[in-house]
Amino acid sequence: MKISDAFNNKKAFIAFITCGDPDIETTEKLILEIERGGADLIELGIPFSDPTAEGPVIQAANERALKNGITTDKIFNMVRRIRDKVNIPLVFMTYANVIYSYGTDRFLKTAAETGINGIILPDVPFEEKSEFSVVCEKYGLDFISLIAPTSKNRIETIAREASGFVYCVSSLGVTGVRNSISANVADIVKHIKSATNIPVAIGFGISTPAQAHDMASCSDGIIIGSAIVKIVEKYGRDCIPHVYDYVKEIKQAI
Amino acid sequence: MSKGRFGEHGGQYIPETLMNAVIELEEAYEHYKNDKEFNDELTTLFNEYAGRPSLLYYAEKMTKDLNGAKIYLKREDLNHTGSHKINNVLGQILLAKKMGKTRVIAETGAGQHGVACATAAALMGMECEVFMGREDTERQALNVYRMRLLGANVHPVDSGTATLKDAVSETMREWTRRLSDTHYVLGSVMGPHPFPTIVRDFQSVISKEIKEQCLAKEGRLPDVVMACVGGGSNAIGAFYNFIDDSSVKLIGCEAAGRGIDTFETAATISTGSSGIFHGMKSYFCQDEYGQIAPVYSISAGLDYPGIGPEHAYLHDIGRAEYVAVTDDEAVNAFEYLSKTEGIIPAIESAHAVAHAIKIAPNMSKDKIIVINISGRGDKDCAAIARYRGENISE
Repeated sequence: MKISDAFNNKKAFIAFITCGDPDIETTEKLILEIERGGADLIELGIPFSDPTAEGPVIQAANERALKNGITTDKIFNMVRRIRDKVNIPLVFMTYANVIYSYGTDRFLKTAAETGINGIILPDVPFEEKSEFSVVCEKYGLDFISLIAPTSKNRIETIAREASGFVYCVSSLGVTGVRNSISANVADIVKHIKSATNIPVAIGFGISTPAQAHDMASCSDGIIIGSAIVKIVEKYGRDCIPHVYDYVKEIKQAI
Repeated sequence: MSKGRFGEHGGQYIPETLMNAVIELEEAYEHYKNDKEFNDELTTLFNEYAGRPSLLYYAEKMTKDLNGAKIYLKREDLNHTGSHKINNVLGQILLAKKMGKTRVIAETGAGQHGVACATAAALMGMECEVFMGREDTERQALNVYRMRLLGANVHPVDSGTATLKDAVSETMREWTRRLSDTHYVLGSVMGPHPFPTIVRDFQSVISKEIKEQCLAKEGRLPDVVMACVGGGSNAIGAFYNFIDDSSVKLIGCEAAGRGIDTFETAATISTGSSGIFHGMKSYFCQDEYGQIAPVYSISAGLDYPGIGPEHAYLHDIGRAEYVAVTDDEAVNAFEYLSKTEGIIPAIESAHAVAHAIKIAPNMSKDKIIVINISGRGDKDCAAIARYRGENISE
């Protein structure tokens, strides 16, 4: 299984959830149901005490999960339990310190062994990536690069070294649902595509089927996080059918 | 290794959205730091507005009482707005203005940096937004009022532990929302490159003056320079021009809170480990999974789970020594300096005074200690009274 499988002849729907929110059993069930709902790749958020790139919704999910005692090791164990039952790529999204403090080599080796396909670190820009990306390569993990609306002259440099897919950040600011997404994101995607052949997915701010459709039409896929985490927040352990319905609706829209 | 490294520490661990902003800042700083007009303007602001140079005061009564080394106090508490914070703020806001920015944002813990920032923003005609942990807005209500009086908007931060680290996180988030007209005035020698270098350079006026003043008064360099350390801006300012003078011992005093063997501490070097947070690699108080620890100190200004990367490096190479000082010791020193010299130090600075009280008696009378009094203690009086069981409000 590879990250590129998520983009084979289709627009990819990438769903994000925070591991351990509200508990790890629910996360486990969610992964299976999100796949059944039609998602092509799942981003598993490993909670961090101070997630500086997140808006209030995912911040609160991190706090809930940590309060309930989630740890990196418990998340590894959960992935080990379910990996054989899941047929789509899985990536970890977390913060540099979660990996660094565990021991970068030890963390990435374990992640690869459990069947994780890639890593997203929103606080590690191009200048700092080699500390992580070199070790990712060693264990066959894709280190996913992010490109933002402010990247401008940096786009080609980042895109040329990108691996897995390019995470195109749609808007300024942190993660979270937005009413409208700036129009020039299509131009940024074009710019990225002029420098690389790997797929480009758009994330940040997407929540409605219409937004998902629009963003998918100008890229290779879309990423939705806060809108799903909101459903988890609202329904707690009973969130699974609601998340399934939402995922299905979004998949149909793109 | 990326830019802005102090040994393995430092770097630029920030979202891609902010990268061009910090690159732009670095380029502007590299240009203006050698620009005569910029430096003349900054010197005028330092001297005519902030009241520099600050005094190097011979604490004769304290010296006699401790009966050891000769003690000098570097009086950063006499600066306009009452602390060393104004040095960095005037430099950064002048730089931001040259860069065409019209709005500044800042984090604050006790409110000293926020007040300094609101002050300089008022002076230079900039819009100013300050982020402050909800808990700190309640502990330091008077400073919230001062900032509002100066024209700033104060945003209470409810996330996480609702203290300084969360204020820093929220200011970073705000910067990713609005960059084009906005400069983030980071208040300490921390965060992503180039902040640790910029803040250190603007604060290094402290050690430049100490050196000149000590040479003028004593004809030689001091034997010890000491300062309190949270993020570490007053300490690096006091140390910087002595780093190459190996005869000068540099001592940073961290906040041990209720003790370094308790969870209620903020002593990063004593209890922390290497980590990556708030844009930098350095030492942090954290658990085995890298979750940042809730820290505690009686001093809101030292109540931070990390330390600037240059201090981490000075610790690694053994150039500076870092010691932990408890709440109790700091409060005793707060009262001691008030009664002995008629100088009420900030509770932050009292951590350095406390360590001087410990070491001065064991040093010979021909030795010289300089303690950086980073701020004045008026802001702390109500809290110290409460600590002593007197229920007074501001």
